[in-house]
Amino acid sequence: MKRHHLQILALSLAILGIGLALYKALALHFPISPDVASPIWNAEAQVRFVAQNRSTQVSLFIPRSTENSAVMDESFVSRGFGLTTESSAGNRHATWSIRKAIGQHTLYYRAVVRQLDTGKFVVSSKSPELTPTTLAGSELAAAEGIVSEIKAQSADLDSLVAELSKRLNRSPADDNVATLLGKRPSSEKRVKAAVEILTVGQIPARAVHGVRLVEEGRNVPIEHWVEVYQDKSWRAFSLDPSVPEITAEYLPWWRGSEPIAGLKDGSKLNVALSVSRHEESAVDSAVEGSRIASPMLLQFSLFSLPIATQSVYKILLLVPIGALLLVLIRNVVGIETFGTFMPVLIALAFRETQLIWGVTLFVFLIALGLLVRFYLEHLKLLLVPRLAAVLTVVVLMMMAVSILTHRLDIERGLSVALFPMIIITMTIERMSIVWEELGAYDAIKRGLGSLVSAILVYLVFSLHYLQHLLFVFPELLLVVLALTLLMGRYKGYRLMELYRFRELAKE
Amino acid sequence: MLGSAISIARKLSQRGIVGINRRNNDYIQPYNPRHLFPLVDDKLRTKQLAQQAGISVPDLYGVIREQHEVTNLGAILKPFSDFVIKPAAGSGGEGVTVVSSRSRNLYRQVNGVALSEEELSYHVSNILTGMFSLGGKPDKALIEYRVKFDPVFEAISFQGVPDIRIIIFQGVPVMSMVRLPTRMSDGKANLHQGAIGAGIDIGSGTTMTAVWRTEIVAEHPDTGNPVVGVQVPGWKQLLELASRCYELTGLGYQGVDIVLDRDRGPLILELNARPGLSIQLANRAGLLPRLRAVEKNISALTTVAERVRFAQESF
Repeated sequence: MKRHHLQILALSLAILGIGLALYKALALHFPISPDVASPIWNAEAQVRFVAQNRSTQVSLFIPRSTENSAVMDESFVSRGFGLTTESSAGNRHATWSIRKAIGQHTLYYRAVVRQLDTGKFVVSSKSPELTPTTLAGSELAAAEGIVSEIKAQSADLDSLVAELSKRLNRSPADDNVATLLGKRPSSEKRVKAAVEILTVGQIPARAVHGVRLVEEGRNVPIEHWVEVYQDKSWRAFSLDPSVPEITAEYLPWWRGSEPIAGLKDGSKLNVALSVSRHEESAVDSAVEGSRIASPMLLQFSLFSLPIATQSVYKILLLVPIGALLLVLIRNVVGIETFGTFMPVLIALAFRETQLIWGVTLFVFLIALGLLVRFYLEHLKLLLVPRLAAVLTVVVLMMMAVSILTHRLDIERGLSVALFPMIIITMTIERMSIVWEELGAYDAIKRGLGSLVSAILVYLVFSLHYLQHLLFVFPELLLVVLALTLLMGRYKGYRLMELYRFRELAKE
Repeated sequence: MLGSAISIARKLSQRGIVGINRRNNDYIQPYNPRHLFPLVDDKLRTKQLAQQAGISVPDLYGVIREQHEVTNLGAILKPFSDFVIKPAAGSGGEGVTVVSSRSRNLYRQVNGVALSEEELSYHVSNILTGMFSLGGKPDKALIEYRVKFDPVFEAISFQGVPDIRIIIFQGVPVMSMVRLPTRMSDGKANLHQGAIGAGIDIGSGTTMTAVWRTEIVAEHPDTGNPVVGVQVPGWKQLLELASRCYELTGLGYQGVDIVLDRDRGPLILELNARPGLSIQLANRAGLLPRLRAVEKNISALTTVAERVRFAQESF
């Protein structure tokens, strides 16, 4: 019994994990493969603010169903707040209010959005009333100047907007455009200026703000574009030269010139939008079906969590896989690394930076850090101050890389900030000690071992299928645990040992 | 590729070569209880333990435990012209500084490089902060007698001190080798750093085969003298000394490092609870059949003499 204790434990864990997963897959019809082309998305707005012990009111624009997207299953998380929703002028907004509130509050709006790809992105509507322009003085003159020029150069609405976009994006901007855009042109300012210019030209136009349903993410940036009224409908146009057309993947969140949220009697208002693929599109029907059969299973599943937390778990669930992989790399292959789980953390950073950039930045940081570390050796510092000094230099280097690459318009370089700096610092320290004690060969060999392991872990992490499987069937981690436990009793040779002892196999 | 890997694995397995995973799983975990590790991980405790049991070790000149005591270094070193400074919890010879002579204010290391007292103090500070200890834990610095090594290995080592490693399994010496420093190993007796490992026949105490990095060698690469067929003096006493370390620490599977001093005979340098596996390369033999033989016969082997006799007859 005692001899087989571990095997029995591992077997039970594996059976439990696979059994649960099979039950969910076969009886409850949870999808085994990811629905890549899923047109269904989760959208979430997180509103945070600090109340000041007074009656407080928060309003938030929320998306509405159009001919291109259906907004379903809306929910509001707002403990203790009264809630009303209203539609006005092509927009919807939710208003939360409370008699007395104090301290930090977080409110959520969640919805499921189904993209309906109807081809052109148009919204039919009654003829709008043209709002009078708010411009005056030199700005009005500038807008009028631009309008008359672009009208002269275009035949129809399409070429008019194209010409306007060209003018607004030209660098350096001409005087008229510069007057309207101000010092630091942004996508938002261009859209605002375009609406003003078109209004001056008696063409009904409005600003649209929304999110792209392409990549999953927390705190996704808000995109801006314009809608121009023509032939009984609003047509969407992009003012960003890199986006030729506004397609159904752009979800309009609100229209007009107001900010997404407003706050009465409070401070530090902050809104973060998140979108994630609705894994449950197929899961949904399974969820609906099984709600009656086993409600416990769902109440305690990952799908009951807020979206932002769900996307955290999509990544966290991969970590045990990385750990198992590292067990294989170290105990079966025999590659030496700096720090047991360091490659897993580096691989997680690679997910944000992408592989090529990640490897380049990592090698660059370690190499520069080593140079600094060798210099610090001459100053004869004690261990902890020396580590702190290296850590400071690492942070400075990361900052320098971000600023430099940003200047050079290499946006990927900004992601260096996502590297785990403590891990980088410890790697530099360990590598320099190995370098001094055992020589450059061993230090570089072990450094390469760490890098290769991180790349391997990253490659496994980027299997979309695996991510889906673990998210829908987190009980599979029990199988991972079982495998890890079994690996703990592996007594065979490591691959590297075959090389080390190869002389002994010759006789 | 895979096929040749499998055939190598099969050959190694036939010869009873023990890999790291097997060593950890089958020998270190069951035979070396964790609470005994501190006895050997801290060389100061090992030394005190050995002295109480009457086992000879290099004399301790002084211990520096705290940063503020580093100022005493000069005073501790004053009476001695040669000495060794080592971390109490170091492993693999890391952080060991051997001073062989001093001229004026300079301490000359065995490799010829001279150090000032300030540099020596910095080295001691580094030891105290845990630079050479496992997991970077704060450490102590030991200052001790520098071994004047016995001329038996003089012709086949380059600087440094050659040491004899004996693997003791439940008190029975199962395999042994002598580690000979080379120019490449910078005077250190560490196979990984380029020292030569020469297997010693447990029965007779003569060196048999030698390995340098991964090559089989017959001569020392720096001195050109043959490394095979050298008789270790007082071999039986050496085996008994090593065997007694089992009762000393209680560790079932340990590596005993012994140096031969010209004047004081064999001295225990350190004990190791996780001895390396390169000894199999030096001996061109696997540990597994010997470990199994000990496991089979151990019930009949109670005294040191019985264990050593069994080892000399069997291996």
